[in-house]
Amino acid sequence: MKPAAFTYARPADWPEALALLGGGARAQAGGQSLGPMMNLRLAQPGAVADLRHLPGFAGVTVTGATCRIGAGTTHAAIEDGAVPGLLGRILAGVARRIAYRAVRNRGTIGGSFSHADPAADWVAVLPVFMGEAIAFGPAGERRIPLDGFLRGLFETALAPDELLRAIELPLLPAGTRWGHWKFCRKPGEFSKATACVLAVPGAPVRAVLAALDTPPLVIADAGALLLAAPEAEAARIVAGLGPLEPWRAALARTALQRAGLAAREDA
Amino acid sequence: MTSPQGVRAQGVGASLLRKEDARFLHGRGRYVADITLPGMLEVAFLRSPVAHARLLGMTKPEGAAERVFTFADLDGVGHIRAVSGLPGFRISEQPVLATDKLRHVGEAIAACVAPSRACAEDLVAACVLDYEELPVVSDMLSAGLPGTALVHEHWSQNAFLETTRQDDLSELDAIAAAKVTRRLRTSRQCMAPLEGRGVLVEWDPRLEQLIVTTSTQMPHVSRTGLAEILGLDEGQVRVIAPDVGGGFGYKGILLPEEVVCAHLAIRLGRPVRWIEDRLEHLTANANCREHHYIVTAWADAGGRLLGAEVDATVDAGAYSSYPFGACLEAAQIGSIFPGPYTLPKFSFRTVSACTNKPPILPYRGVARTGVCYALETTMDALARKLGISATAIRLANLVPPEAMPYRNLVGKVFDSGDYPEALRRAMASVDLAGIRARQAAGECVGFGLAVFCEQGAHGTSVYAGWGVPIVPGFEQATARFSPDGVLEIRTGVHSHGQGMETTLAQVAHEVLGVETARVRVVHGDTALTPYSTGTWGSRGAVMAGGAVAEACRLLGERALAIGAALLQAEPGAVELSGGAIRRRDGGAAVTLAEIARTWYRQPQNLARDVDKGGLEVIAGYRPDPDTGTHSYACHAVTLRVDRDTGEVAIEDYLVVEDGGTLLNPMIVDGQVLGGVAQGIGTALYEEMPFDAAGQPLAGSLADYLLPGATEVPDIRLDHMETPSPWTRFGQKGIGESGAIGPPAAIVNAINDALHRFGAEVLDLPATPARVLAALEAAR
Repeated sequence: MKPAAFTYARPADWPEALALLGGGARAQAGGQSLGPMMNLRLAQPGAVADLRHLPGFAGVTVTGATCRIGAGTTHAAIEDGAVPGLLGRILAGVARRIAYRAVRNRGTIGGSFSHADPAADWVAVLPVFMGEAIAFGPAGERRIPLDGFLRGLFETALAPDELLRAIELPLLPAGTRWGHWKFCRKPGEFSKATACVLAVPGAPVRAVLAALDTPPLVIADAGALLLAAPEAEAARIVAGLGPLEPWRAALARTALQRAGLAAREDA
Repeated sequence: MTSPQGVRAQGVGASLLRKEDARFLHGRGRYVADITLPGMLEVAFLRSPVAHARLLGMTKPEGAAERVFTFADLDGVGHIRAVSGLPGFRISEQPVLATDKLRHVGEAIAACVAPSRACAEDLVAACVLDYEELPVVSDMLSAGLPGTALVHEHWSQNAFLETTRQDDLSELDAIAAAKVTRRLRTSRQCMAPLEGRGVLVEWDPRLEQLIVTTSTQMPHVSRTGLAEILGLDEGQVRVIAPDVGGGFGYKGILLPEEVVCAHLAIRLGRPVRWIEDRLEHLTANANCREHHYIVTAWADAGGRLLGAEVDATVDAGAYSSYPFGACLEAAQIGSIFPGPYTLPKFSFRTVSACTNKPPILPYRGVARTGVCYALETTMDALARKLGISATAIRLANLVPPEAMPYRNLVGKVFDSGDYPEALRRAMASVDLAGIRARQAAGECVGFGLAVFCEQGAHGTSVYAGWGVPIVPGFEQATARFSPDGVLEIRTGVHSHGQGMETTLAQVAHEVLGVETARVRVVHGDTALTPYSTGTWGSRGAVMAGGAVAEACRLLGERALAIGAALLQAEPGAVELSGGAIRRRDGGAAVTLAEIARTWYRQPQNLARDVDKGGLEVIAGYRPDPDTGTHSYACHAVTLRVDRDTGEVAIEDYLVVEDGGTLLNPMIVDGQVLGGVAQGIGTALYEEMPFDAAGQPLAGSLADYLLPGATEVPDIRLDHMETPSPWTRFGQKGIGESGAIGPPAAIVNAINDALHRFGAEVLDLPATPARVLAALEAAR
């Protein structure tokens, strides 16, 4: 479990990072997915560009009603309250359940999102927000809606010459209700079913169902999950996913029901 | 714990803090991977990517002829043969590097040598394999069917051994009040010690000796095996086992990797090291626990067992490992299935199936974990059918204390104990009525029991019957004083978590009165210790403990004679107490340290007729009879099942355990707790699935789930202490016990929760998928 030989570069600015990318380098943020893949030689990039020292790569800024989270912001920083307000509370709750603290100390929100592992936590949560991914490429910044960012298993809307620079999320008004549920039996295990439900006052209730070995399913009008008896709606949604092993389908239904219940009870 | 003199008790029965913990807790432990030598080369193995194939060739990377070695390059190295003496055993020849066939994923094909492991792995990646795939034998149940491909082509079928016993069970259907049949399965597991395997070999040209530093439980057995296969005198092989980060049976083996590294160290004239990584562990060495049972049992209306019939298959993998062989598990099933009960009639058939999987090794508890699961879930099924309680059916069948020592129908002899009392004590400590009330209120909670006994420290008479390459004889220990009066104990067992650096010092203190701080326990080096078959089979406390006591007793006699002379007294007028030889009349005394100084440094003061053997004694010990001690336990579990997710949450875990006299109760607690944690893994988490092509499917610890701190509940322990009449202090082997009961107790509790919904779990581990499937099937 030692990686094949590769060259390591630490770009000082974004243009240099893009140049390395153009030269075939693999971008690395926290390295919590790429590192093990390289150790197992499942990934054998000839060069790695370590993005962690790029200006503005990590950190959170709030402008007006928008929160911009640098792609290199660690799960641990989010867990520890880097994002303010209600949104921050919600994201901290998600971050807290990502693997172990040691992983969270290095793993980043942008790295995880652009790796696009279907079982990953941010992949299962970010598309629920009416936010945008900020891509940076040779032509500068480009905005991609979060619910259109993930295109498939380990596939995103990023062009090969683009990097994810930040995630922008709308701050959440008082009265927003939130539910999140994922099934893994021990920390560090990949989720077998994740669901989240977001009810922003005055907007349609949104939900995401994920970690089913398929790209996350965004449910744009998920109000029925907030009803007292969401079973039928959960069953309807899961039935629409196509064939799943029965136990996995049961977990998926439970995920939607329990995330809905949590949102319903979220005061 | 203080004695009347105010001295902290240190002898047998004291919960003395572990002497070795200062080293471990401060990070000063030293494992194979911590050791480097000048000029050392690292080895990475090219391993088979397929489960069954004809190996047609392997092209070495260009220019790497002297850095990549196949079997053809290993001049004079034999195959590993672990032959059982049981009639009908089929012999496998395990090449240390594959020759003409590949028989499981992960089988080593070539050794690649480089200054770093990464460069060695580069060489592995550059090797080009040529093979022709063969039909894969991936399922033990169909392995024996006609027309199936043969793993070993000169065999008539894919089985190492079949054993049977036939009682006349024909009347039972007519007279039994209940009959149940269950088909049960346990999954293949990885033992997953924190430290994997590893070996570092150097050749000492001056001594013409291999120095093999390896992570093993049995250094002397490894030495014998290595010498035989390499064609060396045993004196040319010195095996050192430094700190070893967990054994569990995984390191009770002569490794092909050890043989290859030893050969390369001689050939290359440089130290050679191989460290197993977790990927190798998971994919090349998933090698334990895979059993399948069809059990039928009959009972009368009171729950008394009338008979049982068992058809058991164990997936033994592709080869017979040295020294325990491929049949230790299956062949034992017949002898241990009656469990702690007075079973009157019993038939069985066991098969050690040969498949395209890694060779099976005995994991903590060996066959008992699977047998206990099969027997105890069957007992509950009978109880449910009869409408009696799980407690009642067990009390109706447990061997009563007045029958001890008890010989059961297959000839196992239980030494001592009150098995029913262990169950009664457990039940007195559990709120069963409260659990029943919660069930009545609709909660999906359940309660489960497992009662079992564990034969440990079984000796010559037992192993001679099995005909495996090692038969333990008299366990030996050396006791000797240094000139400064420090007592040195040398033992051939190895301590890798058992705390024997402490418990053996306690035994020495018990006999000689030397402070444990001045007792040094030396182990893990064939050059320094007497021969021993090593640490396995829950034998350390009984065998090494007994040997140390005997060596210390004889050393005390030598010291007493010297002391009496120094005190100018007759030997009969003095006694050994408190680390000194004292006149019985309360007069003068001379300490053992003074006696040591006299022997080594002031010999002019010795009597003319002193025993010339001096202050060094090697002594042997074997209990009589040596059929083994039987510790026993009752595990009692309360848990909740989430019917939506299939998830199990343990609410309460109780162990009532009798290990006879406990040398150090705190260390025994640790042994039981660690065993239970592993048993919880077997029950709920651990499984290496193989697909039909024989590919292992869990390649990391994110897929192969081990219970961690967050998955293991607080475990309540209660000890009974019924001494064994056959051992030096009454101690019994208990090291494996904790890992035996959990799958049975936990699944019994799950089924207690589920049976109101018509569901029953039969296969291990009881994962959410299996629990949900059971509920689904009942719908």
